[in-house]
Amino acid sequence: MLRIAKLPIALFALFIIVFPWIIRQIPAVDNYADIMIFAGIYSLITIGLSLLMGYAGQISIGHAAFYGIGAYTSAILTAHYGLNPWMCMFIGMTTSGVVAVLVGAPSLKLKGHYLAMATLAFGIIVYIIFNEETSWTGGPDGMSGIPGLNLFGFYFDSVERYYYLVWIVVFAVFIFTVNVIQSGTGRALRAIHASEPAASAMGVDISRFKILVFVYSAVLASLAGSLYAHYLNFINPSTFDLFFSIKLLIMIALGGMHNIWGAIIGAVIITFLNYEWLHYFEEFEVIVYGAILLLVTIFLPKGLVGVPEIIKGWFRE
Amino acid sequence: MNAVGEDNILEIKRLVMTFGGLMALSNLSFQVKRGTIKAVIGPNGAGKTTLFNVITGSFSPTEGSVKFNGSPIEHLKAHKIAGLGISRTFQTVELFGNMTVLENVMLGCHTRIRPSFLISGFRLPQALKQEVRIRENAMKILKFIGLADKFNAPAENLPLGEQKILEIGRALASDPELICLDEPAAGLNETETYVASSLIRAINAKGITILLVEHDMKVIMNISHEIVVLNYGQKIAEGPPEKIQNNPRVIEAYLGSG
Repeated sequence: MLRIAKLPIALFALFIIVFPWIIRQIPAVDNYADIMIFAGIYSLITIGLSLLMGYAGQISIGHAAFYGIGAYTSAILTAHYGLNPWMCMFIGMTTSGVVAVLVGAPSLKLKGHYLAMATLAFGIIVYIIFNEETSWTGGPDGMSGIPGLNLFGFYFDSVERYYYLVWIVVFAVFIFTVNVIQSGTGRALRAIHASEPAASAMGVDISRFKILVFVYSAVLASLAGSLYAHYLNFINPSTFDLFFSIKLLIMIALGGMHNIWGAIIGAVIITFLNYEWLHYFEEFEVIVYGAILLLVTIFLPKGLVGVPEIIKGWFRE
Repeated sequence: MNAVGEDNILEIKRLVMTFGGLMALSNLSFQVKRGTIKAVIGPNGAGKTTLFNVITGSFSPTEGSVKFNGSPIEHLKAHKIAGLGISRTFQTVELFGNMTVLENVMLGCHTRIRPSFLISGFRLPQALKQEVRIRENAMKILKFIGLADKFNAPAENLPLGEQKILEIGRALASDPELICLDEPAAGLNETETYVASSLIRAINAKGITILLVEHDMKVIMNISHEIVVLNYGQKIAEGPPEKIQNNPRVIEAYLGSG
């Protein structure tokens, strides 16, 4: 049976709780809580994408767009209209969900990788809109003045507070997704991945499930975008370009797309590479990402979560 | 339920299926009586698998009608037809290799549970209860088909004979009225073939109608009540096994007309 073990989830929760305390003891890494906020935000997107790619077998090259729709919905509605940030977050998620149906439904009704092409085009269109609709988005210069978040007067105004907010959301989404995977829905998704003819002969409505997962992943990306906007208080279009969509795919490939843990592991590692460890490479950074993708596909097709299995294999011989 | 004239569970009328210029089924009509085992035979390329794909909704026919329990199903999608009570197996095994034996059968119960994303995500009690129920049901089926001791094995690790049996078990799980078996004995050795045909008989004994494509004549003659013979997409004979065996047109189709 597909059972996701409970012990690692408990350790994961414990790690989230003690991480800020640990890095406070080590001055050299005291900015790591800040980086972990971004890692958490990216994890939200990769969890949805891992469900879409690893379980439903569909590829999206346009999730930066949903991330951007979330961020810009929050930014515009709070900064220009002064609406409640939590409500804006919800509006962003709803918008992304509806847009996902419009983009996904036509291509997910077809067999094959049409979703990849549709999302590629969609991502580019949305990126152009962010750049060109200057009166709304501020154009390439971006927009500032996005308020921070508070809950009943409790302000998430320090790095540590925002860290806990983001990772509590990640943890909740993670548990929700694990529940889905272990249910009849998850079983149907894995069945679709294994054999579409057999799944539909057993009564699984394939396009409905694919659209459902695509919408779920878009809603999560939108939530991540809103959290990003309210943390930085400033956004510009370059955050939501095509390369970011590809970076998300690299995160999932590195972590391992057939395992929900891979989403988080990949997001955390790539985020740290991006913000901290790859500065020496400057513009050659892209080459490093390419190399990672190449090496993972050749040597670790199951990603980093597949490593323990490989090591176990060595000992058996 | 068995009112007069309604004892045909499946009625196929003037069915035509063309792929480009190729006519895979031409003007095919026959009925399947409720509670029987009906075999479809014919040389390679006669249109048997195409017929199955039309009945189970993988293809929409070019012309003609398929009626299940009196209502037309020829333009429904595969998952809808499955929901109505027609289940199938595949000529080349189409198991979910990435899942366990038990999970494969549990997926067969899909039409009965209609899982919801939100209900499963929040782990609401109704979802958990449902899981327990279909798990028990799936175990019962595994006992019936004799694979209960392997419930936790990945489906792809079973030998071919057991994979074929498991596919039948998965098809049973949706509680169908009609099961379409596409070459259940293909690639099996003699013992495995014997197991498979006893299983088919046992399923039929539960009152489930069976439509069967098969090449193994021993199996066909042993278990089927009626046979329909196809050649080049056309029906060339229909009747009980003993009549088919001596039909000159059938012999000609299989052996050529010297």
